Amino acid sequence: MIAIAPKPGEVDASHGPILYLESVSVSFDGFKALNNLSLYIDEGELRCLIGPNGAGKTTLMDVITGKTKPDTGSVFFGQTIDLLKLDEPAIAKAGIGRKFQKPTVFENLTVFENLELALATDKNVWRTLFAKLSGEQRDSIDKVLMVIGLSDHRHQIAGALSHGQKQWLEIGMLLMQEPKVMLVDEPVAGMTHQEIERTAQLLLSLQGERSVIVVEHDMEFVRSIAKRVTVLHEGSVLTEGTMDEVQNDPRVIQVYLGD
Amino acid sequence: MMLMDWYRNDKAAVWLMAAIVITVTLLPLGNLVFPADSPLRVTAYSISLIGKYLCYALLGLSLDLVWGYCGILALGQSAFFALGGYAMGMYLMRQIGSRGVYGNPELPDFMVFLNWQELPWYWFGFNQFWFALLMIVLVPGLLAFVFGWLAFRSRVTGVYLSIITQALTYALLLAFFRNEMGFGGNNGLTDFKDILGFNVHSDGVRASLLMVTGLILIAAFLASRSVINSKLGRVVTAIRDQEMRVRFIGYRVELFKLWIFVFAAVLAGIAGALYVPQVGIINPSEFSPLNSLEIVIWVAIGGRGTLYGGIIGAILVNYAKTLLTGWLPEIWLFFLGAAFIVVTVFLPDGLIGLLQRLPKRIPIRKVKAGAA
Ligand SMILES: Nc1ncnc2c1ncn2[C@@H]1O[C@H](COP(=O)(O)OP(=O)(O)OP(=O)(O)O)[C@@H](O)[C@H]1O
Ligand SMILES: [Mg+2]
Repeated sequence: MIAIAPKPGEVDASHGPILYLESVSVSFDGFKALNNLSLYIDEGELRCLIGPNGAGKTTLMDVITGKTKPDTGSVFFGQTIDLLKLDEPAIAKAGIGRKFQKPTVFENLTVFENLELALATDKNVWRTLFAKLSGEQRDSIDKVLMVIGLSDHRHQIAGALSHGQKQWLEIGMLLMQEPKVMLVDEPVAGMTHQEIERTAQLLLSLQGERSVIVVEHDMEFVRSIAKRVTVLHEGSVLTEGTMDEVQNDPRVIQVYLGD
Repeated sequence: MMLMDWYRNDKAAVWLMAAIVITVTLLPLGNLVFPADSPLRVTAYSISLIGKYLCYALLGLSLDLVWGYCGILALGQSAFFALGGYAMGMYLMRQIGSRGVYGNPELPDFMVFLNWQELPWYWFGFNQFWFALLMIVLVPGLLAFVFGWLAFRSRVTGVYLSIITQALTYALLLAFFRNEMGFGGNNGLTDFKDILGFNVHSDGVRASLLMVTGLILIAAFLASRSVINSKLGRVVTAIRDQEMRVRFIGYRVELFKLWIFVFAAVLAGIAGALYVPQVGIINPSEFSPLNSLEIVIWVAIGGRGTLYGGIIGAILVNYAKTLLTGWLPEIWLFFLGAAFIVVTVFLPDGLIGLLQRLPKRIPIRKVKAGAA
C-alpha cells in the first residue's frame, strides 16, 4: 500500500478521526475525574457533550489542551500528533482552540486587542515585538467583530462587557485562532434567548470546516445544534447517539433524575 | 507637526521628558556658570545627588516593566543594578593605574593588600571602556536570562518567585563580601580617579554624567514605551491578567516573561553603571535584599503599570529620603513602611493614578458649586 506520509507536526486525519482519546484516566487525590474514557471526533463534526455536574466534561477539555496530564491512556490529534507530548502553546499551535467555562478574556485590553492577540500568526517573541497588522489581518478581525456582534464595542475595554458579550468575545478569539478543533465549554451561560439563537447559528455554520465539541447544560440549545450527543457520567462515556436516542435512554434519565 | 500629535496623544510623556531635559541642562549650567559665592550656584553635591535620583528613576522604570506590566514581583532588581555598577567600578579601578596607595600599575590597592601577584582573569579587559560597556549590558542580561529561564520554564510564580529573587540578590551579597572573590570585599570599589581620561571629581565630568544619565533615562523611557505599546506589550499585560489563557492561544508565556525580565535587568544594569561614577563607590551593600524591596515601594508609590510611576516614585521617595535621613535618620524606615501601607490601601494606582483621576473630579465639584 502506498501512503503519502504526512509531514511531521501536521494533522493527518486522512484515515480516521481527527481527535481520539483512548482509555484516558485522570485522578485527583484518588478521585477519578475521568475513568477509562474513550472518545473519537471526526473531521468537521459538531459534537455535543452533556452530563451532570462533575461528570468530567471540563477535565476532558483540560486533558485535550494539555492543562492536565492523564495518569493513563492516549490522546492523539489526527494519526500523528501525540498530544500528551505537547504543552499548551504547542497544542494551540497544532490547531486546537478552547473557550473556557468561565469566560476568560483579557479585561484590561480592548475588544479589538483581545482579538488581535488571538489572531492566527507567528507567536514568536521577537516577531510579536515587531508585529504590525496587515490590511488582511485587520479585515479578518473586522469580520470576526461583525460575526460576534461587537463591532460597535471594538475600542471598549473587555472588562466592561456584559457576561454574554464576554462569552461572545471569547468565541471570537477562538475564531481568530482558526483552529481545526474547537472546544467550547458552556458557551451560552448568561446569554439572552436571542444571543443563544445566534450562538447556535454560528456553531452550526462552522460544521464541515472545523470540528467542534460543545459542552452545554442548556438542553434546548443542545437539541437545536446536535447531530451526535455524548453523555458523560462519573468520568466515562455513558452513551452516545442522536439527541432523541440519548434522551430516551433509561440510563441517561436515571443519571439526570436519579439519586 | 509630529511633535504636536505626540503631545496630544501622550501629554504626560512629553512633560516628563521636558522636565528631565530642563533639569539636566539648567543644573549643570547653574554649576558651571555662576561663581562659587553666588546664591544661584548649584553645588557639585546637588549635581551628583540629582544624578543619583535619575539612576534610581531608571531602576524604578525597569521594575515597573517587570512588576507593573508583567505582574512578576521580582525582588532582586537591585542585583542587576549592582552588577552593572561593579562592571563600571572595575573599569574605574583600572583607570587609577599606578596612582593607588601602593603605586602598583597593574593591581588595584585591595589586591596588593591581599598579596595577590597578578590580576584575576575576570578583570581582564576592564581597562577598556568599550569592554566595560559590553559587560554592563551582558552580565546583568545573562544572569537574568539564565535565572529567568530556569524559573519561568518551571513555572515558578507569585510568592515563590519573589522569594527566589530575594535569595539571588542575598547570595550575591554574601559572595561579593568575600575578599577572595576579587571585588574588594566589604569595602567594594572606590577612590576612583578618571573616566575616559577626565577627572571624575571635576565639575565638567559631574555635569556631563548628569546629562548622560538624563538622556539615557529618556531613551530608556521611550524604548520601554514602544515595547509596552507593541503587541508584545499587550501579550505581557495579558500574561499579568490571565497567564493561563495566554498559553491556550499559543504564546510561550515563559519566553515573553524572560524577554521582559532580561530587558529590565539590562536597564537596571545601566542604571547601576551610571550611578557608580556619580556616587564614587560601589560595595556589596548594593545587593542588599532591602534595596530591592525599596524599589518596589518606589513603584507602588509612583503608580505601577504606568512607566511614569516608576520614575516619579523613585525620585520623590529618594528626595524624601535625603530630607528625612538628614533630619531624623531613625524614622526613615518607619516613614517608608507607612507610606507604602497608605499607598497600597488608599491609592492602589499610586500618585499617577491619583493625578489621572483628578481632572474628572474637578468638573463635578464645579457643577455642585454652581447648583448650590
Ligand atoms: N484540579 C482539580 N483538583 C481536584 N478535583 C478536581 C479538579 N478539577 C476537577 N476536579 C473534580 O473532578 C470532577 C470533574 O470536574 P469537571 O470540572 O470536569 O466537571 P464538569 O463535568 O465540567 O462539571 P460542570 O458541569 O459542573 O462544569 C469534579 O468532581 C471536580 O470537583
Ligand atoms: Mg465544567
